[in-house]
Amino acid sequence: MSKTLLDKVWEAHTVRKLPNGATQLLIGTHLIHEVTSPQAFGMLRDLGLKVLYPQRTFATVDHIVPTDEREEPFSDPLADEMIKALRANCDEFGIKFFDLPTGAQGIVHIVGPEQGITQPGTTIACGDSHTSTHGAFGAIAFGIGTSQVRDVLATQTMALHKPKVRRINVDGKLAPGVYAKDVILHIIRKLGVNGGIGYAYEYGGSTFDNFTQEERMTVCNMSIEGGARVGYVNPDDTTFDYLKGRPFAPKAEEWDAAVARWRSFASDPDATYDDVVNFRAEDIGPTITWGINPGQAIFIDENVPTPAELPEKDRATAEEALVHMNLAPGKPIKGTKVDVAFLGSCTNGRLSDLTEVARFVKGRKVKDGVKAIVVPGSQGVSQIAEKMGLAEIFRDAGFEWRGAGCSMCLGMNPDKLVGHQLCASSSNRNFKGRQGSPTGRTVLMSPIMVAAAALTGEITDAREVFDIK
Amino acid sequence: MALEKITQVTGRGVYVPGEDIDTDRIIPARFMKCITFDGLGEFAFYDERKAADGSLKPHPLNEERYVGAKFLLSGSNFGCGSSREHAPQALYRYGFRAVIAESFAEIFFGNSITLGMPCAVMAHDDIQALAGLIESDPAILITLDLLEGKVTAADMDFPATLPPHAKEALVQGKWDAIADLLESVDEIKNVASGLAYFKAA
Ligand code: SF4
Repeated sequence: MSKTLLDKVWEAHTVRKLPNGATQLLIGTHLIHEVTSPQAFGMLRDLGLKVLYPQRTFATVDHIVPTDEREEPFSDPLADEMIKALRANCDEFGIKFFDLPTGAQGIVHIVGPEQGITQPGTTIACGDSHTSTHGAFGAIAFGIGTSQVRDVLATQTMALHKPKVRRINVDGKLAPGVYAKDVILHIIRKLGVNGGIGYAYEYGGSTFDNFTQEERMTVCNMSIEGGARVGYVNPDDTTFDYLKGRPFAPKAEEWDAAVARWRSFASDPDATYDDVVNFRAEDIGPTITWGINPGQAIFIDENVPTPAELPEKDRATAEEALVHMNLAPGKPIKGTKVDVAFLGSCTNGRLSDLTEVARFVKGRKVKDGVKAIVVPGSQGVSQIAEKMGLAEIFRDAGFEWRGAGCSMCLGMNPDKLVGHQLCASSSNRNFKGRQGSPTGRTVLMSPIMVAAAALTGEITDAREVFDIK
Repeated sequence: MALEKITQVTGRGVYVPGEDIDTDRIIPARFMKCITFDGLGEFAFYDERKAADGSLKPHPLNEERYVGAKFLLSGSNFGCGSSREHAPQALYRYGFRAVIAESFAEIFFGNSITLGMPCAVMAHDDIQALAGLIESDPAILITLDLLEGKVTAADMDFPATLPPHAKEALVQGKWDAIADLLESVDEIKNVASGLAYFKAA
């Protein structure tokens, strides 16, 4: 019988059926960070349990690390307590920690791939909903709660129900100035923020075939924003080329066997899906959010919707969003004043994001009065970007060049919005209060659109600002 | 580990209207700077309840008459967003013992069940009717009967469902999976030894 990648990975990792009908699934790779793991280690100690496979758990610190003053102790005593707790837990249980001094620290979803820990045909779990990112390698990767972090530490397994699979095809060539971020914002806009509940999203089609590995990660990253806990792309040569030579990737003598194994996990050509949705790349334009969830999105040249034109079930949230965002319904979003521009996060804080943007901002200046920050997703990204001269380009243009971390993606470190500030953000969530100020406003967009906003001080079409044709 | 068999929840309720109520609203990220879940209850819906200067905003959880509610009622896609268990933990520690909504985000749902806090799905109109009852008499007792699959309040009852696996887990006292998982360490090792990448690292 023909199978999807999900079927194959699921089968290879099934330990047994549990009495309640759930599958006890082996989790090959477990990633942890400082926010959702300390309580799990606490539970482990309370139960007198050990970590079953310490060599299959990897830790980093990302959410709470300051991106400017990185000397310890951190000025925030709670943040300091959290990094110390993680350090102590990793020491006690023998877990590899990509700590600040290692030069390999970064956002967990950037570090895993960068180190070659994220591999095709594997199962990956992390106490973080954007774990779906790792699906870009043909892994089944999902976010879990703290009790499940405990389960994985203690047993390297968890109880799960197999999701259905929705195949999402995007075919054709994206227009200049349209990026992977626009593709996923468009998909979420069309399928809804809860459209993916109960599904894994399998992304494919010629647009995905031609995407780089990093573009695939951007899309898979936001699967959860569409309600899908898992999102993946079938592994191919692009995936293998990316992994080759990375620290945790199979070494030369094992490489060919690994590639053959990885390839065999791809969905069979005649696999059947629970649902199939098709998009055309040509129909997708630069997409930005106007509201308080990632599905409230429009093309840059569209007007902010009026609630009356939306389906009835979406109206109340739309009203609430318009009040929070202080946007006028029926009017263009273009021209809205921007206070902060944030380039970073596990969605768009990778090297290719920074290189692409640097190409355009070179020799230009951030608008007076706009706070613009660039936060590399990992120390690894940061080191290469500095060597390539990207940091210089950004600094010269008036951007602040920061240390690696989650930064302004969420309000758990010193990088926060203040008051009603509006932020043009390359991150993934525009929930009320997400960026640290309960009344702060987030507009999600691609990195290039963030750059255009930084230079002009308003929400604008990057294709016009940078003459992209 | 013997866990309580959760077949029924009875208590008063409070209705927090809205669709897509996300985990950042249930517990703002800045309150997740902690290494235990203790004390999270007071931060439930914090930014919805309090203004920046600490003054109270109009919010159902700020109303005296709803204090002590065990049921939280809301709209669709409740708990979307982050995988943070801090969200259900905050609700549980605030005092809630069940959530009723039109639908739930998947990770939030799973996290809640693991705490022994049922998340039951009711139809839109039924939630409105139940909210109406609570509004007119906040002292009214609501009962969620998991075995019967219904919610009763005053002389009304409404279908209220959980997926069979979640219902079974709760009523059999198996809502925390750890005991089951620990039973099969040999099988775990067996499956792991068949996977190339397990040996490598
Ligand atoms: S960058 Fe943002 S979304 Fe990604 S892990 Fe950090 S906080 Fe979560």
